[in-house]
Amino acid sequence: MRRYILARFVQALVSMVALSLIVFFLARLTGDPRDVLLGDDYSQEQWDKMGELWSLDEPIYVQYAIFLRNAATGNFGESIFWKEPAVEMLARRIPATVQLTLTAMSLSVIIAIPMGILSAVKRDTWIDYAGKTIAMLGQSVPAFWLGIILIWVFAVSWSLLPTSGRDGPLHYVLPSVTLGWFTVAGIMRITRSAMLDVLDSEYIKLARVKGVPENVVIWNHALRNAAIPVVTFLGLILGNFLTGFVVVETIFSWPGVGLLAIRGIQSNDFAIIQTVVMFGGLLFITINFLVDIFYGYLDPRIRYE
Amino acid sequence: MTTFPSDAGTSLDAPSSPSRLEVKDLQTWFYTGRGVVKAVDGVSFTLEPGETLGLVGESGSGKSITCLSILRLVPEPAGRIIGGEIWLGDTDLLQLSRHEMEQIRGRHVSMVLQDPMTSLNPVFNVEKQVGEGSMYHLGLHGSGLKDRVQQLLRWVRIPAPEVRANDYPHQMSGGMRQRIVGAIALSSQPSVLIADEPTTSLDVTIQAQYLQLLKDLQEEHRFSMIFVTHDFGIVARVCDRVAVMYAGRIVEMAPTRELFGSPRHPYARALIHSLPDPDTEVEWLTTIPGQPPSLYDLPPGCPFAPRCSEAMDICTQEYPPTFETGIAEPGAAGPPASHTAACWLYGDGSR
Repeated sequence: MRRYILARFVQALVSMVALSLIVFFLARLTGDPRDVLLGDDYSQEQWDKMGELWSLDEPIYVQYAIFLRNAATGNFGESIFWKEPAVEMLARRIPATVQLTLTAMSLSVIIAIPMGILSAVKRDTWIDYAGKTIAMLGQSVPAFWLGIILIWVFAVSWSLLPTSGRDGPLHYVLPSVTLGWFTVAGIMRITRSAMLDVLDSEYIKLARVKGVPENVVIWNHALRNAAIPVVTFLGLILGNFLTGFVVVETIFSWPGVGLLAIRGIQSNDFAIIQTVVMFGGLLFITINFLVDIFYGYLDPRIRYE
Repeated sequence: MTTFPSDAGTSLDAPSSPSRLEVKDLQTWFYTGRGVVKAVDGVSFTLEPGETLGLVGESGSGKSITCLSILRLVPEPAGRIIGGEIWLGDTDLLQLSRHEMEQIRGRHVSMVLQDPMTSLNPVFNVEKQVGEGSMYHLGLHGSGLKDRVQQLLRWVRIPAPEVRANDYPHQMSGGMRQRIVGAIALSSQPSVLIADEPTTSLDVTIQAQYLQLLKDLQEEHRFSMIFVTHDFGIVARVCDRVAVMYAGRIVEMAPTRELFGSPRHPYARALIHSLPDPDTEVEWLTTIPGQPPSLYDLPPGCPFAPRCSEAMDICTQEYPPTFETGIAEPGAAGPPASHTAACWLYGDGSR
């Protein structure tokens, strides 16, 4: 198991290097930032001075080395628009996003996994059909539309819930539901099909032959095997939440990372965009690393590879 | 209804009290989109304590479904046991609640599945899988359970059981896995063991070993056995009596030697004639003409009639009852000396 974790860790490091390369070069591809910063009216002196300040006239690999060094010390530059270190701005936004993620994710898992299991166990009954309908709706309704409809119904027409902001528990409801809607559908579908596969297997038959009580067969013998695809999916979803945030945080004016990204893009704020993308990538890699370790725990065949 | 006493705390070497298994007119049907499949349709037999009954027939003849019906593990909701009785001692298993049935499975009636590569749970180690039965049925925990697992692994001749107990299925060979499955099936010393083609997926040398192991264990622990196979060589080696199935029914039942010596039902005769004889050289093996019938659309009367060279008018009109045909070679040991066939050839002729 230790060797397995180490191997996954090295892979994660490689991914991070790849990520930094992509972020760095993509940013350079958008052109020389001086074109944006200096506007139309500047002297050669100003141009050279700024070039020296940000090492823009150095060879590209030197620039990359400087970028890496700065990144390692947590320096991703200063927001051009707000004149503040981009990392600090990001850090202030993270709690709001994380809280929303955790709320939406826990809600989805608590609802979707038992529903998926029930759907599989009660296959082809009305429970299963109801579950499938929910899954279909969830996967076909886009978040931007659902968010607006929810605001319209619950906030505008019925005045039950706030439309936007983050001032108390009630504010979490609509954004979490909007974010979680798609997730519930996906997790449920994956859980159902994984459970159906597993319940059909010979080892489940043998567990029943042994006289293991049915609830233990389902929640221990079967779920432990069905969990592998479900966990993979959860990891992916968690990463995808980041993109979901751009939409959901915009609709609900949620002061999180997604909203910051949108503001950065709107104002051409180079440092902000780079920082948010880097953060998103790091998070994705970290989640995948954790998912890989969890696999090892779930499945001995992976552990002893 | 009598239930079995709880065995928790009793001596581990005491098998569950040997009981007679009696299946009466069992009917297990499948309701599918294409229609009703009468996978098992009126199967009756008895299994005396300590006896081995072979269940032979081609794929789809209902052997496996008969076995699953005894354990009440027919895949639902498509499959349903719609009629009959299954008596284990003085309990009709079909009358038990789901919960009561869980206490029968593994404890009194157990089963070895066909494919050892898929019948062990990949995420649990051997100790957990072998010990589970003893935990639920014999109430063992902790070090008692650990010892029990070691004992079971020794029964099935797993080398170095203390080490192997911590292994996972993917670390073992097919033959070893099948012995683990055997240990699981026998963990609570059932009185009836159903073996559903337990050697089909093993290679030939391992097959022989495994059969010997089953026979030795049966000798030692005195369980009765239903042995499903389509290998007549295995039948000859392990079975006391044989029931031949065709299209969901038992068409002939006789002591093993009697069946080989004088098969009665035309289907059983054809089967036995199709066995190659190692002493005579032939160019072509004998085959049975035609195809097994589709279970969706069984012809009226005897389902074998369309392929039968001796079919009479009545065969296509009415399904034959089971006739006692008498023992041809008396002296063959075995409890109920009877040889039956469901075939009009053995009717009283007046019909």
